[in-house]
Amino acid sequence: MARLENTVLVSRLQERFGEVVAKLDEPYGLLTVETDKEHIIEVLEFLKKDDELQFVYLTDITAVHYPELERSIAVVYHLHSFVNNARIRVKVYINGVNPQIPSATVLWNGANWMERETYDFFGIDFEGHPDLRRILNVDDMEVFPMRKEYPLEDPNRVDKKDYFFGR
Amino acid sequence: MSNIKLAEAPSGVEGSGFFATSLDKVIGLARANSLWPLPFATSCCGIEFMATMGAHYDLARFGAERPSFSPRQADMLLVMGTIAKKMAPVLKQVYIQMAEPRWVIAVGACASSGGIFDTYSVLQGIDEVIPVDVYVPGCPPRPEAILDGIMRLQEVVKNESLNRRNTPEYKALLEKYGIRTNG
Repeated sequence: MARLENTVLVSRLQERFGEVVAKLDEPYGLLTVETDKEHIIEVLEFLKKDDELQFVYLTDITAVHYPELERSIAVVYHLHSFVNNARIRVKVYINGVNPQIPSATVLWNGANWMERETYDFFGIDFEGHPDLRRILNVDDMEVFPMRKEYPLEDPNRVDKKDYFFGR
Repeated sequence: MSNIKLAEAPSGVEGSGFFATSLDKVIGLARANSLWPLPFATSCCGIEFMATMGAHYDLARFGAERPSFSPRQADMLLVMGTIAKKMAPVLKQVYIQMAEPRWVIAVGACASSGGIFDTYSVLQGIDEVIPVDVYVPGCPPRPEAILDGIMRLQEVVKNESLNRRNTPEYKALLEKYGIRTNG
């Protein structure tokens, strides 16, 4: 089967969702669209279950922290359509103070660990997740280390003085 | 004539048919020349240790013929490689399971100080969770360096008192790490 064109994909999404789904960019041919957290599950369900599109494979869920933006956390979904040989990226910008978004575990069981990882590193509350707790970091960690306000380096280390490094 | 080298006898009083020395020295000599290693290898330093164990460098020459993969029957814990914070309780558990007398060598930059991994997820040196006797520098250290570390540990073992575990300093050290001591 021929590869699904991005233009076709965009028009299918616009036709179904109108203003709710906006095209952001197309870096290296990877279509990137934005939606909001009220509609994200609907959009993912449409992409997964539509007879033509068939984005059945959830490649990854992750997030990005943009401290300078008002809605400072972007949750990113990567989907893959095997039959169409096509990929799409869906971004949702949410409030960084108390980030909440519905869980995609209702569509893919594989979302379970991806959302736990995203919670672990960004502190995003995936509403409806069956078991949202840390997965990679130590259980007693108090911070969400991929957020920019937390230092990358281990704060317990006392021998590393800034002046050794010209800082 | 065999050319097997024997360990040098400790200083003492020798006469015809007898040799007298202190028990500390005899036991120290025996311990130093039969250190059973427990390799705790997590990365590239472990590969160097495999070379150290192999025929070319032959750690067995120093009495460490039998690498023990049970902490119960090991004397010398060799921690080789990056220890993530999530691994720290496991390492501590392994150390607690070892019987006295026990010694620890931190092999390589990561085990000694966290190395290049100055990050929130990596333990900045295993001495944050267990006491260390000898640090071997290098990233990774060559087998010669690991052997040097083991020979230095042998010196430590030879010269420490028989009942190290009962000294107040040692108990205080273990208590600092939150490790229970007997009595």
